[in-house]
Amino acid sequence: MITAIGKTKQRALGPSAEKISADKRFKILETHMKRFQFKQDALIEVLHKAQELFGYLDDELLFYIAQNLKLPPGHVYGVTTFYHFFTLKPKGAHICVVCMGTACYVKGAGAILSALEDTLKIKSGDTTPDGQVSLLTARCIGACGVAPAVVYDGAVAPRQTPQDAINRVKGWVEHGA
Amino acid sequence: MVLEDLLRIKEQELAARKKFTFRVCLAAGCVSSNSEAVKAALEKAVKDAGLDTDVEVRGVGCLKLCCGGPLVAVDPLNVVYQKVTPADAPGLVAALNGAQIGVAKVDLSHPFFAKQRNIVLENSGVVDPERIESYIAHDGYRALREVLREMSPADVIAAVTKSGLRGRGGAGYPTGLKWATVAKTKSSRKFVICNADEGDPGAFMDRSVLESDPHRVIEGMIIAAYAVGAEQGYIYVRAEYPLAIKRLQNAIRQARQFGLLGSGIFESPFTFNIEIRIGAGAFVCGEETALIASIEGRRGMPRPRPPYPAEYGLFGHPTLINNVETFANIPPIIRNGPDWFASIGTEKSKGTKVFALAGQVKHTGLIEVPMGITLREIVEEMGGGAPDGKRVKAVQTGGPSGGCVPASEMDTPVDYESLARLGSIMGSGGMIVMDETTRMVDVAAFFIEFCMDESCGKCAPCRAGTLQMHNLLAKIRTGNATAADLRTLEELCEVVKNTSLCGLGQTAPNPILSTLRFFRNEYIALLKSDATDKPANGQDRPDRV
Repeated sequence: MITAIGKTKQRALGPSAEKISADKRFKILETHMKRFQFKQDALIEVLHKAQELFGYLDDELLFYIAQNLKLPPGHVYGVTTFYHFFTLKPKGAHICVVCMGTACYVKGAGAILSALEDTLKIKSGDTTPDGQVSLLTARCIGACGVAPAVVYDGAVAPRQTPQDAINRVKGWVEHGA
Repeated sequence: MVLEDLLRIKEQELAARKKFTFRVCLAAGCVSSNSEAVKAALEKAVKDAGLDTDVEVRGVGCLKLCCGGPLVAVDPLNVVYQKVTPADAPGLVAALNGAQIGVAKVDLSHPFFAKQRNIVLENSGVVDPERIESYIAHDGYRALREVLREMSPADVIAAVTKSGLRGRGGAGYPTGLKWATVAKTKSSRKFVICNADEGDPGAFMDRSVLESDPHRVIEGMIIAAYAVGAEQGYIYVRAEYPLAIKRLQNAIRQARQFGLLGSGIFESPFTFNIEIRIGAGAFVCGEETALIASIEGRRGMPRPRPPYPAEYGLFGHPTLINNVETFANIPPIIRNGPDWFASIGTEKSKGTKVFALAGQVKHTGLIEVPMGITLREIVEEMGGGAPDGKRVKAVQTGGPSGGCVPASEMDTPVDYESLARLGSIMGSGGMIVMDETTRMVDVAAFFIEFCMDESCGKCAPCRAGTLQMHNLLAKIRTGNATAADLRTLEELCEVVKNTSLCGLGQTAPNPILSTLRFFRNEYIALLKSDATDKPANGQDRPDRV
């Protein structure tokens, strides 16, 4: 009886059947899980794929993964929130990652970050209200030889100054593309 | 695949070699400086000059001097150009016939290059990391063939033990001993894991090795698997290294095509497969039991040891975990013999170590030096000292688990024991130079904040201790702390160090302890003068408000 209630609840929280059949990405994700034979230890690989496809991991998606891998939803949520790489919130159209590794730190990454925070009027980890820019920090991207480094939409830029960074994100905000 | 096939591929590769080769660095540092466009421009310039048959443009791994990127090396002229732009390409092609051009050359006789001894990096910047044939042409997979066809697993372990190789991930556990433990544990299944979760901020050695010479790591893993009797391997690599992941996937696919992974490798009964597992950004996953938990799809939290992974590891089976650089050392040890390897380095630390030299130093980049070289040689001679005429104040080794070595101790030889005596560690190889403008209390706070964020929260000393240390440091930095607070901080450091569950917590206080040891006056200068509790040197309230 209790399990039956649990099951109905889970189904209600996961995506509806219509949504799954309408959205091709669920099919791709399912194929990916099949590749790992729906093995529970592939959870992190599956989460990577899901984030790659959907951009972020919302509750509905996490329930869908939990159901398919036959894992308790709490376990999936626990793993997702443990790792920095997974995000539960949608990201902006552009992503700016300031490397805060040791080499970048001693070369002035802190000044770049605060300049960006002032320009965008958001804190690191947040997205501008218009959804244009997400400002993130990284532990170390391994580009220490060209520190301080900033990653703009996936491309690493070497030897940045606060002004370089401001110019880059201003370009995004003003042109809106 | 048999020996003849290897030799045939090598011959074909050597025969196909053209008169000139441009080697363009395509490791992450140079790619960020636009080296991919330089490569495309060079290819076009060669074509335009009608020199297709004489000149090859090859994308290679790290050419080491990251601060000069993008770098282009020219064979056989033995020239390396730095800060090359796509517009320089036609000039570079013209220079093959002796034309003079204005592109700056790298001084290859500089100590930065002259003092290097390349074993792990012997192919870095030479082979094309995206083609297995290129690796085979440089005697790749020869060691594997020798191991599978002519050595018993016990012979392999004996050779590794004799070489004196120690784990390059930081702790320096003897590799041969670890292999022997896994080999003698009886189990139906065993695993080999390559730890490529290079989490230390300021370290990029493993990334460079994987991007420059991925097959070397794969070969080392297969040899290890044969020695310990494993059939399945995993490479756990950080998600922050997309290029390394791409090159590894490509390398594994090629090795499979060539019959170097899978069943019946080199027509022996030995079977081995490798899968990649991508990390998701948790520093603690560099700890071996946490890494295992992460591969099993769980939260990356460590567990108490023993039992060690060598006896009870992945999915409960005996598991060998070694670092990227450790595996990369294996093929040359087999090829050249353990005595050759043992002749390099110091009595207790054999071979070479790759360091990522960065921070406030003139020449940043990747260096591989024999163990026992002094820090002064590395920082002052190879690195050229601090830029803009400033003085070097300290060198940070070992990342958040390491410590700061002051300029006065620069004559310390680089080996596991000497660095430990100074309260630092060898670590995985990050080496950050700090000049006189760096405030050491800020550096300690930077690392403690890192450890606080990265603590997995399982054990209380680490979870609560790092937070309290961070708060105390914040109090000191804002000038609100008294000498009593400093004493509390020191006591707390000892507690966290002695009672934490895993390496993260046990070493988290190191940056504070080592800066307190060598730069205590910087802490004292920030203390609030207190009538009842005056600092030892009687210094008054600092100028900083």
